[in-house]
Amino acid sequence: MSTNGYENWAVDLANVGPIYPFQGWEIPMTIAGVIFWLAWHRIQFVRESEHLEKARKMGDPDMIAKHLDRY
Amino acid sequence: MDGNLNALTTVFTEFYYWVTVVFMFLIHVGFCMYEVGASRRRNHMHTLMKNVMVIPLVTVTFFFFGWWIYWAFPMFPFFGGLNHEMGNANLPWSQTMGTNLSDRITGVFWAAFLLFSWTAASIVSGSVIERIRSSALWVHAVLIGSVWWIIDAAWGWHYGGWMVQYLGYHDAYASGVIHAIAGGYALGVIMVLGPRIGKFASDGTPRDIPPHNPWMLTIGIFLIYTGFWGFYAACNVPAISPEVIDGQITGTTWTATNIYLAPTSLSAITFNFLMSLSGGLMAAYVVSKGDAFWTFSGGLAGVITASAGNDLYHPIQAMLIGATGVVVVYKLHYWVERRFKLDDAVGAVAVHGYSGVLGLIIAGFVLWGAPSSPYEGYATINPVGQTIGAVIMFFVLGWLPGWAVAKMQAAAGVLRIPEEVELQGLDYAEHHAYEDAKTDIIEADKAHLAARVTPAE
Repeated sequence: MSTNGYENWAVDLANVGPIYPFQGWEIPMTIAGVIFWLAWHRIQFVRESEHLEKARKMGDPDMIAKHLDRY
Repeated sequence: MDGNLNALTTVFTEFYYWVTVVFMFLIHVGFCMYEVGASRRRNHMHTLMKNVMVIPLVTVTFFFFGWWIYWAFPMFPFFGGLNHEMGNANLPWSQTMGTNLSDRITGVFWAAFLLFSWTAASIVSGSVIERIRSSALWVHAVLIGSVWWIIDAAWGWHYGGWMVQYLGYHDAYASGVIHAIAGGYALGVIMVLGPRIGKFASDGTPRDIPPHNPWMLTIGIFLIYTGFWGFYAACNVPAISPEVIDGQITGTTWTATNIYLAPTSLSAITFNFLMSLSGGLMAAYVVSKGDAFWTFSGGLAGVITASAGNDLYHPIQAMLIGATGVVVVYKLHYWVERRFKLDDAVGAVAVHGYSGVLGLIIAGFVLWGAPSSPYEGYATINPVGQTIGAVIMFFVLGWLPGWAVAKMQAAAGVLRIPEEVELQGLDYAEHHAYEDAKTDIIEADKAHLAARVTPAE
């Protein structure tokens, strides 16, 4: 048993194509990858919203004026 | 070089490794910038010099004996004697270790391995900044760069190494042979060295010691990424025929191979490098809640976690493995810091050591049963062999020598700088010299000007 379909390299490389593990699972792997990517955006949106909500209440008007002057 | 094809292949291979060496120099530039950026102003010059002097010290010792170890030790000492035939050709007095028109490969191949040696030493250098004596670190640099890592390379990163033959050990882009060993070594040293003053509050709570220059640190890690491209290319043999490999591969199709002479391609590792970098960056951003430096380091940790199998993985596998590794490594770093009060100044033990170990074990499962070598009779890749390999890299060849040598240095009183020097800063004396020199030259210039200017009459 081998996850990439080759248990040894006694082959003619002219006849060899993919050598990655779990060939045939490309679509499920893509779905898993896309879920990871979309989940990242979801987590990021939620976290940033929380952060911005906290941040908008943190400002000291004098400090904000100084920051504006600093450019 | 008889025949045009042989000549072309030889010159191409010579140039290929030469280019990788130039790229890999950027890893060291990046480590220097990262360390200086992470250190406080009072320690800059010493931090920089500590890492710069790794270059000549590891280079000359790697010429004198490191390269010989690689060729002589593949079966030594557990499964055979020293390989004198291969070893002798790589001794410093061998004619192939010099300008020699019948051997155009040894120099560039030696240099590619040497740049890995610098990296191993530089990883240790980062974790011990601001309190180790430079002289102590330079001994460690020689040991990790020209002895311990190259023994592990002979055993597990050589087409005839015993770990490859009997364990099916597979570590194509050095998760274990560079990163796990260097992380383990750094852990051994910092356990003896102790934390920087102020790192832990009296109740044991760790304090953050922020970098003095985040931009320098950022450019540093981006240079490390860039150098890592060269590192990946350097781990391959660019073009070789089945006849030259002389293993089980049939036919006449040439291929690129990994260090074990098993087939892969530059295209494959380009896919996987970028996808594992991206998986690492994304996971690190989430797990560290957007901390810039952990995110950047997470990119590196993602690549390192996937590196053991990046010659064979599918790109999505590389991405998910990189992401998984980063989450574990981040959590483990803070748990170890709190539990054992260890001060790993740049997170090197975690980013390199834990990622490397995890990467080896994951590769054992994902590549289970795949051939580790093109030669007959070698064990195939498996989780047990990979786990034993990870223990050898991190603990046996990494942690143990680092801890033992640091203990000896501590007993001799030559490991750590005095407390007074740590507080006033390692550059204090140089700062005084600088200010004195500045005052002196300003006074001299003023005196010269005064002598030249004649008052108006």
